[in-house]
Order: sequence, then structure tokens, then C-alpha cells
Amino acid sequence: MTEKLIFEHSRPGRSATAQRPHTVAAQNKMPAALRRKSRPLLPEVSELQAVRHFTRLSQLNFSIDTHFYPLGSCTMKYNPRACNQYAMLPELLGRHPLAHESLGQGFLTCMFELQEMLKDVTGMRGVSLTPMAGAQGEFAGVAMMRAYHQSRGDVDRDEIIVPDAAHGTNPATATMCGCKVVEIPSLSNGDIDVEALKGAVGPKTAGIMLTNPSTLGVFERRIVEVSQIVHKAGGLLYYDGANLNAILGKVRPGDMGFDVIHMNLHKTFSTPHGGGGPGSGAVGVSERLLPFLPIPIVGKEGETYRWLTEKDMPKSIGRLSAFMGNAGVLLRAYIYMRMLGRDGMHRVAEFASLNANYLSVRLQKAGFEAAYPERRASHEFIITVKRQARELGVNAMDFAKRLLDYGFHAPTTYFPLLVPECLLVEPTETESKQDLDAFVDAMIAIQHEAETDAQKVKTAPHTLPVRRLDDVRAAKQLDITWKAPA
Amino acid sequence: MPFIPHTQDDIREMLDVIGASSVEALFDEIPAGLRAKPLSGIPDALSEMAIGQLMQARAVQDGRVINFIGAGAYEHHIPAAVWAIVTRGEFYSAYTPYQAEASQGTLQLLYQYQTMMASLTGMDVSNASLYDGASALGEACLMAVRAHRKSKSLRILIPSTVSPIYSKVAHAVVGHQRLSLESVPLSLSKDCGTLNVSALDAYKGQDITALVIQQPNFFGQLEDVDALTDWAHANGTMVIAVVNPISLALLKPPGQWGAKGVDIVVGEGQPLGVPLSGGGPYFGFITARMEYVRQMPGRIIGRTVDLEGKQGFTLTLQAREQHIRRSKATSNICTNQGLLVTAATIYMSLLGAEGLEDVAATSCARLDELIAAVTKVPGVQLKFAAPRFHEAVLVFNRPVSQVLDALAKQGIAGGFDLTPYYPELGNALLVCATESRTTADIEKYAKAIA
Repeated sequence: MTEKLIFEHSRPGRSATAQRPHTVAAQNKMPAALRRKSRPLLPEVSELQAVRHFTRLSQLNFSIDTHFYPLGSCTMKYNPRACNQYAMLPELLGRHPLAHESLGQGFLTCMFELQEMLKDVTGMRGVSLTPMAGAQGEFAGVAMMRAYHQSRGDVDRDEIIVPDAAHGTNPATATMCGCKVVEIPSLSNGDIDVEALKGAVGPKTAGIMLTNPSTLGVFERRIVEVSQIVHKAGGLLYYDGANLNAILGKVRPGDMGFDVIHMNLHKTFSTPHGGGGPGSGAVGVSERLLPFLPIPIVGKEGETYRWLTEKDMPKSIGRLSAFMGNAGVLLRAYIYMRMLGRDGMHRVAEFASLNANYLSVRLQKAGFEAAYPERRASHEFIITVKRQARELGVNAMDFAKRLLDYGFHAPTTYFPLLVPECLLVEPTETESKQDLDAFVDAMIAIQHEAETDAQKVKTAPHTLPVRRLDDVRAAKQLDITWKAPA
Repeated sequence: MPFIPHTQDDIREMLDVIGASSVEALFDEIPAGLRAKPLSGIPDALSEMAIGQLMQARAVQDGRVINFIGAGAYEHHIPAAVWAIVTRGEFYSAYTPYQAEASQGTLQLLYQYQTMMASLTGMDVSNASLYDGASALGEACLMAVRAHRKSKSLRILIPSTVSPIYSKVAHAVVGHQRLSLESVPLSLSKDCGTLNVSALDAYKGQDITALVIQQPNFFGQLEDVDALTDWAHANGTMVIAVVNPISLALLKPPGQWGAKGVDIVVGEGQPLGVPLSGGGPYFGFITARMEYVRQMPGRIIGRTVDLEGKQGFTLTLQAREQHIRRSKATSNICTNQGLLVTAATIYMSLLGAEGLEDVAATSCARLDELIAAVTKVPGVQLKFAAPRFHEAVLVFNRPVSQVLDALAKQGIAGGFDLTPYYPELGNALLVCATESRTTADIEKYAKAIA
């Protein structure tokens, strides 16, 4: 199925007139020198044409609602519909962020309780809900670490240690905070190289950014030792919470010695991925970083809730958004956590790990090579097809594209960078054993195709709305806005 | 077990295959001393019915408020079709289009969005969104520093008629890099509520990397954008425009300001089909001249062809982004605000240019009605007489907080109190009216402050 561009459906003078306010004839009363002289290029279609166009576009997408989506590191679990429905109640939807707090106590109650629940699951002393994505949470975290050192007069600390397996946002964030990145290697068993770490810490160390379980899909077993080494050198520990789904309720980052953590509410707490966002990167801190949390934060005075702002928190690293972050996303996370409850929270990591370990073992028994076969999988694991690439000329990209034909969204490919030809597979806890078995069957079938009809795999996908796309041309012949034909 | 499908048989079979004795055994690599005690701060699980009842109660507690606040978030009517489509599972539960062939719906939509935003702002290129308007201003400052080949000062001028909230966020976002964000003091042209161009004389001949111009400005007033843009370019300074997308239906777009047009445009996209929802999620837009496209942060979608020469869409210029360039990326941004862009694109398609003009003009007309009604009340004056969009500054003969309390008692969110930010304006309140406000709403407002 294909769908034309909406501009190609347009005809001059066509419109969806039910959407006009009607009440006043449109008169452009702006001063002549500031008035718009020619109309912008926007569609001219009927309401039905618009509805049909966008509905058809939606049907060109894979999504959690339609396909098993084991995209490693992204935690593509079911997004409960109730979270959307109750976050979109009219009173909550219609609230202006700057309205009187007396008019928003119901909303503020939800936000306060969310802060408290996130403190409990992470073992941290304070939480700010404002960062609008994981990367903004990382920014807040590193900014708080710098603010802490500067407040103690320790102004030379501008180095952030980052494992080579880290997600790209980690070093990018360090740069945005005016820090230098010091990279340390990982060992072949998946743990970080503690000896290299000892050599990397010093008086310029602001801190270390770690994910645990790591991006390699395994638990950092020497985390307590890592924490002691960094703290002893005067640095702080930052926890990237992207993989929190693996340990929710089993281990708390606060207990592992982390000073600051960000959570990805659009991963662990099931808020919708929305075709690329919105996310929410709530941050949690230990006692010593409390004064620096980004504002605003919900405070409680007696039975009333209010925003804590610059006056209450003069050492805050400041505001990261115009208002208070992605409120609607936060409501969805709140509703999700209330539906899971305490027991449900414990089950997340249990079943995420059960599914990942089962899938990993089944694939290994079917002949696929795991990157860390002697380790337990966390909530995700890595398969490498480097042997297939070498012997059959069929690589990770080819497997991924052929999986699409079998009706599965591909796992993450070529991340982490350390493992060649890798597939990072994260099934999540909401998938059934049947769906996992079907995925294994598909992988076995593709392996067989790779051995007997390699071209079929290398030119996949065959059954999607488009064949494999030319990325090189997309960059070289840049076409990023449509132009009407002359 | 909510959302977990496993039966006892499933669990047993799976553990057999793994060779583990229990689910707990799967955590045996975690040092025993790190294992958490059972969570104590999470209440018992609620059924969907029970959480629904709880949320209804909290929503009813807050009630439906008649909104007259703008200050960066604006209430407009959102056609029913918008969120009916946005919440389809295929849009709602999809993720970043890493596998382009399986994401053509999202990718084509974003290409269309980029086209619409570039045209609306009068610029060449757009990205696929940033988090919000305020953080987008921060990103624009960083982009200007990267893009300006000649300027070395890293100084960015931000007039005091630019939203003070945006200014705070920009400081927080760029504060750790060597940029210097400088505030141009409030020196208003007579009764205009706009920046006096002569206030920039103090900077003439200095190395200034960029000037920020907000149109309409924070007070809703219309700046002399041509004079300001030309001043900047004559001074070797880039121009960053901050704009309201609905206003661009009526106002000259930044690509046509001055002789050459501005360099970078940012703003808050929320007015385009996104509900107020307590402050977010919204989306920031950024557009620019083609020559700066490789300095742009965030995702960009490009049109290309597939193996059979058929049209398709994919992420492009990824070498700017964190997953490729890591510490040298243009920004650390990964997740953007895709779902909200979906809403905005559908909204713009349903309204079209004519519909947007209607919304914008009706909003201005409603504001005129509001001003007429409230200035009949003794002790209430309109501060600036010069042309504006859909917001205005009112000055009262009593503290603004009292006025807002009286309005709140009537279930009205009356406006944004300017006194903490601009004490020199007196008891000043920023009010907004859009096409969503009715004559009855306006009468209720006037009555509440009488």
C-alpha cells in the first residue's frame, strides 16, 4: 500500500469548513508592514481526505499494538490504554500550567505521589519530574554533579568517565555540560575494566556515567567496587536508568551507591513511544545533591500541594522546560504505577528477565551466537551474526530487514558498538511464550534462507510498503521539504 | 498479573529450557548484599476500574476552569479527528523510525510536517522537533554559535521583551558551555511595549554572535522586526526568531524579516492541536536557512528511493546526532516529541492556511472584546495601545494577586501576573483570549473583577 503526499491530495479552495470558528470573518488587522503577503504551503483538503490520509499513513507503521517489537534498550512493552484514557480526562487536559495552584490540587496530588513512588523504587532521596526525555535527564544529572563540585570550591573537576559501551547520549551530554569525556574499556566478559578505571580517576574527575545492567545486557558485578573507587577519588556516580526494567524492585540504584539517576518513563513506566517521543527523564538524587534538583518540584504543606521554585531552591540548576516537563506523560506513568502496585512492580523485572533468558537460550540452542554466553541475560541480550557475515555474506542489517517480512520489528542493530554485527534483543515482560517461540522460528527460517538463498535475505524486505531504502542518496541528494512541481 | 501473560505452565516450561530452578535464580549474578527489600512505598495494585475512579475524582476536584492565560501555552479548539487519529496504536505505540521500511507512516508524516513548518516560518529547512519552545531557544543559541563562521564572542543578546521564562531555560540549557546570554534591558518605545531599536546602539560595532527577537513578544505586542533584523545583519550578528505558529497565519514570517530574513527560527508548537494538559508534552520547532542544515540539532527526515526506484522516507544527516557522533554531536537529543508533531500535522491539514487565518483573527477579535469589557471596570487600564496579537497587558489599581484570587473563586484562570518579572510596569497582568473564549466567558470575567 502506498499513500500520496497530502500536498498531492490538495486542491485550491478545498477546506474542512466545520473546523472554522465562523463567528468572525477572518480579517487580517495586522499593520500592513507586518502583514503576511502570501499563504504558507498547507494542505487544502476536506476533513474526510485528511482523516483518510493520516489513517492510511498509520497503517504503514509497525507498532507495539500490531507487532512484537524487541528493540533492545527501548523497552517496548504494552502501553495500557487506561493510562491514555485517564490522563486525557477533560479537566486534566484543560489545565493551563500557570493557573493558580488552588485550581490544580488533584493534578498536583498525582505528581507528588509519583515523585514519592519513584523515590521508593530507586532508593533516592529526592526526585524532579521536569526533564523531558532521558537525554535531558542525563543533562540534569551531569549539571547537578558539576554544581555540587563547584559549590564546594572544587572547580577543576571537568572530566566525565564513560564506558566505551555507553549509549551515545552519555558522551554527548558530557560535552553539553562543558565536560571532557574519558572513555574506559569493557572486558570480554561484559564488565567494565576496573583496572582501567583506577587509572582514569583523579582530581579532575567529576564523575562516572554508568548503566547497570550495562548496554551489553549484563549486570555490572563489581559495581560496589566501582562506586568505592570513584567516590574515593572525589567523583560522583551517575546512573543511566535506560535498563531499569531489568532490576525494578530487585535492586535500587541508591543502594548501589549512585548519587544521581535518570529514569526513562517512556521505557520502564510504559508511557507511549509515539513515533519518536515524547519521553520523560525524571531524575533522582542522593542527599548531597538535593539542593541542585531542577525546578519546579511538587512540595506538600499540610494537606496542600504547591510548586517549589527558585525561592525555595536557590541552588537549583534551573528550569529545563518552560513549565514543568511532560505533564501528560507523567500522568500516564502515575496511572501505570498505580495499576501495577507493589506486587506488579516486583514482577516487571522477573518476567522481563524470564523472557530474555528464555529467548537467549532458545536462540543459542538453535545455533545463534550470544555475545556473552556464559552470563545471565538481564532484560535484554546480544546475538552476533559475525560468523554469518563472514561465511555467508549475510549481516545483522540483512537479518533485521528479513525479520520485517516475517512480521516482527527488528531488534536494535549495531548497538552497542563493541560487538560486531550485533542484534540487541529486548522482549519485555508483556510478551507471551508463544510470541517468543514464533520469533525463534523466524530467526531459524532466516538462517536457513541465509544458507540456501542468501540474496533473498540481502535484498529484504520484500513485503513491506517499500523495499530497502537508499540512505546514501538521502544524505547526498538532500530532499527534506516538498516543493510543488514547477 | 496485569499485563503479564505467563501461565504457571509457561513459567515451568521456560525455566526448564533455561535450566534454572526458579525465576529468582535468574538474578543470581547480582551480589546478595545489593538485593533490595520489598518496596514499601508503593500501594497495592488498583484495577483499571479503581484507578479510573480515582482519576475521575481528582479531575472533578480540579474542575473545568475558564482559561485566560497565555504566556507561552495557548488554548485553541482541537478538532476531534486529531486525537482520534493520534491515539491509534500504529502512531501511539510505534517508536523512532530506525527501521525505515517499517515506519513509512511516521516518516512520511514527519516529512510533511517539515515542509509545513519551513513554509509557515518562511525558511528553507526544518527538523522533526525538539522538546519545547524554551529549550529550542537554548538549542538555537548553540546552533548559532556553531554556524556563525566569523563571530568569536559567543555573546547572544536577549531583549527583555522576550519571555523571561524562555530566557531562564536558555540559561539553564547553555550555561555550561562558554556562551554568554546577555539581557537587553527593558527600554520600551513609549506606549508600544516593544523594544526600542535605539536600545541596541550600546552594542553597535561589537562582536555579537546572535540577537533573539520574539514576535509577538512576551507582552503580545508586535516588534519592529524589520528594523531589528537589519540592525543585526549590518552588525554581523545572526538573528534567532522566536514565534507563535498561529500568528504566522497573519504575520510576515521570519524568513521575510528585514532585507535578508532571519537565520534560525524556533518556537512552541503547542497551539497547533496540542492540549494545555498541565504544561506538557508540547513540542519545540526549529527551522533555518539551508546553509545551516548540518548544524541543526535533532532528527531530520529525507525523501529518497528504494531498490525499485519507488519513493520512500528515512532518517537522514544522522552524522549530526548522538548515536553516530557521540561526544561531538550537535546535541545530546535522542527522543523527541513525535506524537505531538503528529497532532500538529493533522491539525494543520484540517485547518489549512485559511482555517489558521480564521483562528488567528478570531482570537484577536476575542481579545479586543475582553479589553473592551474589562477597561469599563474602574481601576483597570490597557497598558500598551500599539498593535498586538492575542495577548495584552492590563494594569490594575490593586495588587494583581487579589484580582487573580477573585477570578479563581469564579473558576477563572485570569492571566499571568507580571509583577515578579517586570515590577516597573506596576500591577500588571498578561491576559490572553483565543477563539475558544465566548462572550459569556468574557462577561463573567468582567463581572468577577468589578
